[in-house]
Parts: sequence; structure tokens; C-alpha cells
Amino acid sequence: MVQITRRIEFSASHVYNNPALSAEENRRVFGKCNNPHGHGHNYTLEVTVAGEPDPVTGMVLDLKELKEILEREVMQRMDHRHLNFEVPELAGKIPTCENIARVIWELLEPKIKQGTLQRVRLYESPDLYADCFRNGDGSAAKRAGS
Amino acid sequence: MSARASLGELKVELGRRYHFSASHRLHSEHLTEEENCRVFGKCNNPFGHGHNYVLEVSVSGKVDPATGMIANLSDLDGFVDHAVLQAFDHKSLNEDVAAFREKVPTTENLCIEIYNRLKGFSQAKLERVRIEETSNNSFEYAGDGIAEVPDASGATKERR
Repeated sequence: MVQITRRIEFSASHVYNNPALSAEENRRVFGKCNNPHGHGHNYTLEVTVAGEPDPVTGMVLDLKELKEILEREVMQRMDHRHLNFEVPELAGKIPTCENIARVIWELLEPKIKQGTLQRVRLYESPDLYADCFRNGDGSAAKRAGS
Repeated sequence: MSARASLGELKVELGRRYHFSASHRLHSEHLTEEENCRVFGKCNNPFGHGHNYVLEVSVSGKVDPATGMIANLSDLDGFVDHAVLQAFDHKSLNEDVAAFREKVPTTENLCIEIYNRLKGFSQAKLERVRIEETSNNSFEYAGDGIAEVPDASGATKERR
């Protein structure tokens, strides 16, 4: 099995606020991420697909096709958007790294027809990221990406 | 999704990187001067040397629907700061960290020591620690049953 990883970057704004909590609790739990007008990040997304290279093309999955899937499913939805208000898949969720990574997984998995989606790693900054993977599938990809 | 779901449930892990700078000297009292020199090379130079270490901590757990988080980042940061960074940053690992008075402060042993210091974090499960000693060398430990930093007498692995 071979793993291929494609990296893309997108920029988006968000705010952490749970309407079920009081203003004071929101401030305590989320700190400056609760600032009312939101803030933004340059996100880096790494998508890893695993499979056997096709004997004719030598490819697990055509990177051009993966690039197009990422453009359609992630860039057009999230790049230069406000994640709380403009991405329906995140409606009602706090747009943390954990939740965004999971939403991206759920968007990508049904679209990848060759190979198997192995890991989605979303960096909010160089020092903070979330990994999403299927239990039991993650360790090899984690090492490949580390 | 339903057919794929049988492959295993979706899991989310949080990765957080921390930075600290410290000095160390690789030297074992169980080896002769010549053996120390041969095994540890320039890492055995008597006055030690330092690194800018990068510590990567991975935790897993249920994402709390109220916060969208596995663990509150400020709690994780505070725990790591208290348990590791305050004790290690701008310190001599050999002199200032009790565990390395007797044990060689290789980055392998450092991984084990830091894992043991962080495994008590109550809000999430510690999956692994990974340390970059330099941008070219990294070490990882996931608590594979070794509870203690091994005794210095076992430190015979050849270094750079």
C-alpha cells in the first residue's frame, strides 16, 4: 500500500460562541476566541489517500483529480469565508479544528473513488492541528505525515 | 457512508506543538571515558551543548458538543507548561531534572520522561509525544508498556 498526501491552504474567519452558555461562561471557556467580531487563520489542510498504484498509470489516485475534489469540496466552501455563517455543514457547531477536520473528512470520503481516505490533518497554525481518521487506520498515516 | 462506517468509527486527535531550549550532555557513568567518547561522540563533550526542542503532544477523546473541543487548549497548555516547560526550558537536563541525574538525557529518554509527566492529564487521553531535537531528528513515544526511563546501564546505542 502507498499513501499520497496533498496539501492545500485556505483562509477563513470564525468565532467560538455557544448560545447555550452565558456571555461570561463563553468568555471563560473560549477566551479570546470568543471576541464578538471573530478572527481568522491561514489553515493548512493535508489529505492522505492510501491504496495500490494502478498498474497502468502508476497512480493511487490522480493528484489532479484529488486537487479538483479539494477545490470543489473545501476551497469553494471555506476559502475566504466566515466558517460560522457561510458553511452550512458547520452550522450549530463550534468551528474548532476538531470539528472542521471532521466535517472535511465527511465531505471528502464519499468523493474519493480510488484509494481510501486515510487521514485529514488540519493545521490552524503551525503549532495546533487536528487529525481525523477511522479508528485502526490512523497510525501508518500519522507516521507518514509526521 | 454506512458501508464505510463498518471500517471503524471516526476518531479525532488534537496535536499541539511546544518549544523549549535546554542543554544536555550524553555521558554514562557505566562506561569508561574512551567508551563514552566512542558511543556518544561530540555529544559527550564535557561542558554539554544545547538544542531548541520542539515537543509535539497528541491527545484523543470525545469532541464535546458544547465546546467543539477534545480538551480545552488553555488547560492543556497550562498542564504542559507546569509539568514540562517550567521544569525544562532554559535548564540543563542533566543538572536540573532529577530523572537525568542517573540517566542519559537522550531524546529517547526525554520522550519517556515527558510522556510519564503528561499521562496524568485528566481531560483527554495522551496518545503520544514526539520530540524534534533538531529539524533533522525526531523521536516518538506512545507509552508501549515501559513505565520508567530505562537505567543508564542500558544506554549503549551509538549516537551521532
